[in-house]
This record gives sequence, structure tokens and C-alpha cells, in this order.
Amino acid sequence: MKRLEAPIFEKSVSGHRATTFPVINDIPDDYPIPAHLLRSQEPVLPEVSEVDCVRHFTRLSQLNFSIDTNFYPLGSCTMKYNPKINDRAAALSGFAQIHPYQPEKSCQGAMQLLYELEQMLCGITGMDEVTLQPAAGAHGEYTGIMVIREYFKSKGEKRTKVLVPDSSHGTNPSSARLAGYEVVTIKSGADGCVDLDSLKMALDDQVAALMLTNPNTVGLFEKNIVQIAQMVHDQGGLLYYDGANLNALLGLARPGDMGFDVIHLNLHKSFSTPHGGGGPGAGPVGVKKSLADFLPVPRIRKADNQDRSYGYSWDSQLPDSIGKIRSFYGNFGVLVRAYTYIRAHGAEGMRRISKGAIVNANYLKEKLKGQYTLPYDVPCMHEFVLSGDQQKAKGSSARDIAKRLLDFGFHSPTIYWPQIVKECIMIEPTETESRKTLDEFAEAMLQIAREIDEDPKKLAGAPYTLPVQRMDEVKAARELDINFNKTE
Amino acid sequence: MDYIPSSDNDLQDMIRASGYQSFDDLIATIPEKLRFPEMNLPAPLTELELMREMKQIAAQNWPIDEYLSFLGAGAYDHFIPTVVDYLSGRGEFYTAYTPYQAEASQGTLQVIYEYQSLMCALTGLDVSNASLYDGASALGEAAFMTLNIDPAKNKLLISGCIHPEYIQVIRTYLGPIDAEVVIIPEKNGRTDLDSLEKLIDEKTAAVFVQSPNFFGTIEEMEQFSKVIKSKGAFFVAVVNPISLGVLKAPGEYGADICVGEGQPLGIPVSFGGPYLGFFTCSKQFVHKIPGRLVGRTIDTCGDLGYCLTLQAREQHIRREKATSNICTNQSLMALRATIYLCMLGKKGMREVGELNLKLSHYAATQIAAIDGAQIMHLNDQAPFFNEFVVKLPVEAVALCEELAETGTFAGLPLSRFFPHLKNELLVCVTETKTKNEIDHFVWELGEAIQKLSSKGAAV
Repeated sequence: MKRLEAPIFEKSVSGHRATTFPVINDIPDDYPIPAHLLRSQEPVLPEVSEVDCVRHFTRLSQLNFSIDTNFYPLGSCTMKYNPKINDRAAALSGFAQIHPYQPEKSCQGAMQLLYELEQMLCGITGMDEVTLQPAAGAHGEYTGIMVIREYFKSKGEKRTKVLVPDSSHGTNPSSARLAGYEVVTIKSGADGCVDLDSLKMALDDQVAALMLTNPNTVGLFEKNIVQIAQMVHDQGGLLYYDGANLNALLGLARPGDMGFDVIHLNLHKSFSTPHGGGGPGAGPVGVKKSLADFLPVPRIRKADNQDRSYGYSWDSQLPDSIGKIRSFYGNFGVLVRAYTYIRAHGAEGMRRISKGAIVNANYLKEKLKGQYTLPYDVPCMHEFVLSGDQQKAKGSSARDIAKRLLDFGFHSPTIYWPQIVKECIMIEPTETESRKTLDEFAEAMLQIAREIDEDPKKLAGAPYTLPVQRMDEVKAARELDINFNKTE
Repeated sequence: MDYIPSSDNDLQDMIRASGYQSFDDLIATIPEKLRFPEMNLPAPLTELELMREMKQIAAQNWPIDEYLSFLGAGAYDHFIPTVVDYLSGRGEFYTAYTPYQAEASQGTLQVIYEYQSLMCALTGLDVSNASLYDGASALGEAAFMTLNIDPAKNKLLISGCIHPEYIQVIRTYLGPIDAEVVIIPEKNGRTDLDSLEKLIDEKTAAVFVQSPNFFGTIEEMEQFSKVIKSKGAFFVAVVNPISLGVLKAPGEYGADICVGEGQPLGIPVSFGGPYLGFFTCSKQFVHKIPGRLVGRTIDTCGDLGYCLTLQAREQHIRREKATSNICTNQSLMALRATIYLCMLGKKGMREVGELNLKLSHYAATQIAAIDGAQIMHLNDQAPFFNEFVVKLPVEAVALCEELAETGTFAGLPLSRFFPHLKNELLVCVTETKTKNEIDHFVWELGEAIQKLSSKGAAV
């Protein structure tokens, strides 16, 4: 079933156009730019009519799976429904059409929103202070690690190591390394959690931080978290929280109460801002009081006194701050969406989110564990991992299963990650799916298991019903074609 | 309100069907003393109440589509064709994840491929990544990349005419790294070429110059290019992409890398974000470039299709050995830029560039006629695109406050970043302004200057 769309450049017809601009005759054409500063060759941009442009991108959109069209149980990515009111709120002229350098007086609503969002995120996570500036999770991680670095610098300590579990997100070691730390990987125990003996061995006075995801990436709550925090703190180190899996804990437990010192959140996951095909996200960073002075500038302040004509202002006078990490104030439009989302839910709604996410994951887990190996057969949090090892033995890989699922209209789970589980299939249904959808997905997974029993070769060509079949990734890398006009 | 289809009873039934008795069975590993904390959140709202609330908050802001704004300085008010909002709002784009499963993401992948191709065409370079967070972080990534190529070179020269916030971000990014950042001084609103010649040496990994620069001046990029090349350093051009329909492309004047803020290409100012960092370069850097890349290839049937490529550079494969920690791009913003560039095409990009030149030069000439106001660019004969510096006879902050009261944002007082420039105002005029609006602004400026001058004289 081929539904291909030619590149926009192939639709170009000389002289066609869409947008035109007003002709202004009552002003002279008088702008003396020296010729050597002007472009000598026109850029190779397509010439298309408006209707051709609309058809092209509409057709392209139809080649995608998305939350609005498909169940999307991509583990560790929290692909929950994105409420439409959030986008409508962000598009209000009073938010979308305000300039970052307007006088403070003329953007008090925006500053109030940011201030209140910081407060609400503190309440949800149990941290003391939050910055909203990082543009994404990885950006937040780098910010958080630099805050830690400055903290130790201010104490005159030169710690050199950051610990990460072998099940951590790739961004954890990458961010720590960028910030100049040696990365030490800790093995997970047989129960999928941090192995306390390995941790003990790795901990010393050179460790700046342990970076943890909780629930961890196999979907289990780190049951020894209080003890882990104690062990790290006893060595003078800090505990860093990767907020990728916070959805499981909204209203249920707070990283701040567990002993985490620095956290980042992924508003595009737990707080439902749209992923947009890979961004924009937002990665706020929260800290305990002792680290607040190191947060990036500017911070937002609320005036306590009544004699000021307005209440909120920017504060850039923080000598201990790590500095600025993004232009302006962060991904404001994303922050408006997250604010709207939290205001819709309130505390009771937060608790329903985590409960729904946990119940849905356990429900699916129990339905699937008969046909697929369940490496950790205990109650899970918001997600769980299966191993496709039995299917692999019969001739079908986790990748084959993932691709075949697409034929049933379901997006694939995350596969081959975390790497500590063989043929890993990581499933996160989220709270916004109904029992009926989960039943249909489980039925598809079970049918695929039956297909593998009957004829494992059948899966090798999957998916069969999508716009394209499997891509030749080797050719893509060897014969690089990443620019239509420079194909070699 | 929430968006959970299951009722509490449904959830209880599912718990039972899973072989458990109660929700407590599922959360037994969470220590009891940690459970169900007080969060201090406001009460939940229905959609009806929530929209009312959001409108009330938004109404406290003064939007630039209701006021008259001459603010630029890195965030620009440009016309956005309706089609950009309409198409980028489609849920199939909007609510999809990063395109890891190529077969189910051909739409997003092809858009990124087209985005890469368009940005290469615009900047005149061979390779573009799938986008970065914003202009400032694109400079930060360019700093990392150029420093990583040759370990013997640990010095970066950064023009003092680059947006001050970009310089601040580079400094933060490089904080943990053993690298020297040297600022090339500004002279009459331009990067001082003589200083560059003195500062550049064999330790210099790269030189960053912005054009049009923070003050609006179009720099002599060809001259910089020659000096930089002669010393074997990389030339990083920081540009405003909407100027490239008329101004010389970085590839034409020998830039090795081109980065900048893509916001002018169809993205609303939105109080500073989300925006779009773009990053293009010559092909020698293709294995070093940070961020995602999409390649065109064939599927098992031999049909053309798209997938992420050269992923071995990235953090999810390389972990601590990755070239950058960046994980996402700004796909939705790249989609907006792609649609924008297609809607305008080569003619539209030239026209919008010419309109910016025409209207801003008209405004500058009119303002120059105000008693006591000087246009630094006209005095120094420095060419500009759509921004210029006005030297006022009064303090710029006071003037901006005065004009804001009557609904005009006059521009950015440069004292925000350069405390000694108290009377200097950075004014931006784009195609969104009419002759009448400019005339009104010039009249208002004159009135305000008179009022503030007489006030000052009275004191």
C-alpha cells in the first residue's frame, strides 16, 4: 500500500507562488546597500501555489502515526492525550503575541503565569525552587549538572565523578560528560533496581552526584530510595532526579521527599504538552534551597510590598548563578500549556493521573505475560518491560514484533532499551487510554505471538500496510542524501 | 477536570482483573510515609472556567498585535501566512513523537528532510541538522563542535556585536570546559576587523560573527572570512534567516558554519519561545554535527523513503561519548519554517527582505529629522537590514515607558545590556508596519522627546 509524496521541490513550477506582499508606492525605494553585500544567486526555494502547499503538507501529515490517530504506548515517552484547550490558551493573543523585551509592566500576566507555574511544580515535586528556562529534558539535565558543579565549586570541593545506573537514559551520561565529569556506570540488581552493594562500592568523596530515574526505566519504583539518598548524602554527594517517569508519581509521591536535591522535569511527558514530532519540549529544573543561588538567570520575583505599581519582575543579579542557558525565558508557549494542564487537574486530578497510569500498565502487563516473558514479575508503576526472547528463539525479533504492531494500527512500544533486558519491549499505556483500547492492543500482541508460532517468517517483512516498508538504514548512512539539492 | 476515560469503578475492576485486590497492592514498594503528599495546588477547573481564567491572565499582557511594536533584538514580528498555523496545527504532526519508527513517521521525516534542504538553500551550505532549541543554543553547540575538532585549539573569538544573550549562553555552555572565550571589540556598531587580526592566532578554533549584528549592521563578512581562513580557523556566521532573500548567503562569503535564530520564519514571538535554532555547515562536518539528521533512502521494495541517519553520533547510542547531549530537535518549529519558506518561495523571500529594507530605511530617515535624534547607522554609513540604533536626547528607558502608555513599544533601550548607552534605542521595522504607522510613531517620538526634554530642563 504505497502512499508516497514527492518532495516539495519536485512540485515547483516557475512563476507559481502563494504569499504576496503589499506594494508600497508612497515611500521611495531608497535603501543604499552596497552590491557586494547582496545575494548574487537566488536561493533554490520551491515555487508553489497555496493549494499545492496545503495538499503537500496535509498528505505528509497523513503518513504519520500520532496520539490523535493511534494508541502510542512508547515506553519512557509518556505519549498521553494532549488536551486541546492547552493549545487554544497558548494561542491567545495575550500569550502568543507578546515580545520578550516588552516593559515588565506590559507583561505582568505572563510573569504571573510563570511564577505560579514554578510554585505549582514545587508543590508537585517537593522541591524548593524551580527554573523554567531549559528547553528540553537534556537541556535541563545539563543545567542541573552545572548547578551541582557550581555548588561544589562554591564549597571549594573538586569532585570528579557522576554515577549513573546501566539502565539510565543516554542523555544522563552524555550530559554529565559534557559538564566535565567522569561517568561511572552502576550495574542494576537482578530485581531491576539499583544494586546497593554496587552503589556502595562506587560511592566515595569524589562522587558529585548519582543520577536516578524513579520509577526506573524498567518501570519499577526504587524501593530503597530513602536508603540510597542517605548513602549518597553520607558521602557529601547529591542525588539527581531524571523526571522522565514522573507521570507515575503525580500526586502519589514527591522526589523532594525522597531526598533528591536536583530534578529536571519533562513537561512534554508528564504534563502533556504536545511532542510535535520531536520538540519543542520544556525541561524545568527544581532544586532544594541550598542550591537555589546557582540556578540560571533571570529568576522571576514577586514583590511583597504594596507600594509597587506592579508585582512581578526579572532578577538577573545572582552572582553565584551558572549564567544563562537559553535566550529569553525558555519555551514560554510550552509552559502556558503545562500551566493550563495543571490548573485543569488540581491535586485530585494529579492523583487520578498516576493511579490511571499505574492501573493501565499493570492491566496490560498481566494480559501479556502469558505469551511474552515478563522479566520482573512484580507490580509495576506506569510502564513495564517484556522480553521477546521466546519469540526470538522462534525466529522473530523485538523489532519484528514492533513493526508488525504498526499493521494493527498501534504505534510500537520502545524496543531494545533499556539494554539490560534482552529483546526488550517497553510498554507505557498512560492514563488516557480506555480499557477497550488496552484490550484491543493486548489482542494484537497475542495474535502476533500466535503468528510467530505459526510462521515466524511472516513478520520479517512487516509492516505490510504502511506507506513504506522497512528502510535501508545502511544505504542511508553510506550514500548520504540529506539535502535535496546536493545529492551525491 | 481530567482526560481519563476510566471511572474509579472501572479502575477498580481493572485492578481486580489484573489479579490484585486494591491500588495499595500496586504501590506497595513506595514507602508509606512518602505517599499522597500535600501539594498546595489550586482547585481543578472545568474547561469553561479554565478558558475564562486563561483569558483573564492573557488580558493582563499588552500584545503587539494590538499595540504598535518596534521591538526586535532577536525576536521579530513578521507576517505569518494563515496556512502556517493551519497546517502545523494538524494533530498528525502535533501529537507525534520523534520519528524513531520510520514507517509510521514518514510525514515528520520528509518534513525534516525538506527543512534541511531549504535551510541549505537559504544559507548556501551543504548540510543542515534537523534543528536545535534556539539561536543561543545553536551557537553553544557550534562552540562545542569547533572546539572538539582539534584538541590543540582551545580559543574562540566571539564578536562583541553578537546578541548579548547568545554570548552569555556560550559562556555558560563552555563553563565546564577548558576553553578561552575572547570578545572581539565593537567599533561604531561593527565588529572591529583590526582587533580580530590582532587576536586571531594558531590556537583559535573558530570565530563567531553576526550579520546583521545585534545593532542591526550588516557586517563585512567577506573581509572577516579572508582573515579567519588565513589563520586556519573556522568561520561561524550568525545570521537572521529572513534577511537571506536579499543579503549574501553565508556559503557565498565562505562561512564554514552558519547558525542562528529561526523564529523570523513563521514563528510567533510568544514571549521568547518556543523558537528554532538552525545549524548548517559545509560537508566536512557531517560526522561532527550535533542533533538529528534525516536521510533519504529506499525501503525493502526499492521505493524512496526517509529515516534518521548517522545516529552513531548521538547520545542514545554513544552515551558519554556522544558529540552532544541533545535528544530532541524543535520539529514543530522546523515544520513552521518549512511551510513558511514554501509559502513565500524565492520571490516572496526576496520581497519580504526588500520590504524590510524599504520600511526600515524610511523610518530611519524620518526619525533622523526629529530635533535631537540621531540615527547612528546613517551617521556612520553602516548598512542595516531592519534594525537601527537611534541616539536620543533623553534616556531611552523613560521614553519607552512614556510611549508604552499610549500603546507603542518604541524599541529596546540598549542600556539593558550596555549600561553606558543610556540614550540609545534599538528600533526594528518589519513588513508588518504601514507608512501611516511609521509616521504616527515618528510623530509620537518627537512629542515624547519634547515632553521629556522639557521635564529634564525643568528639573
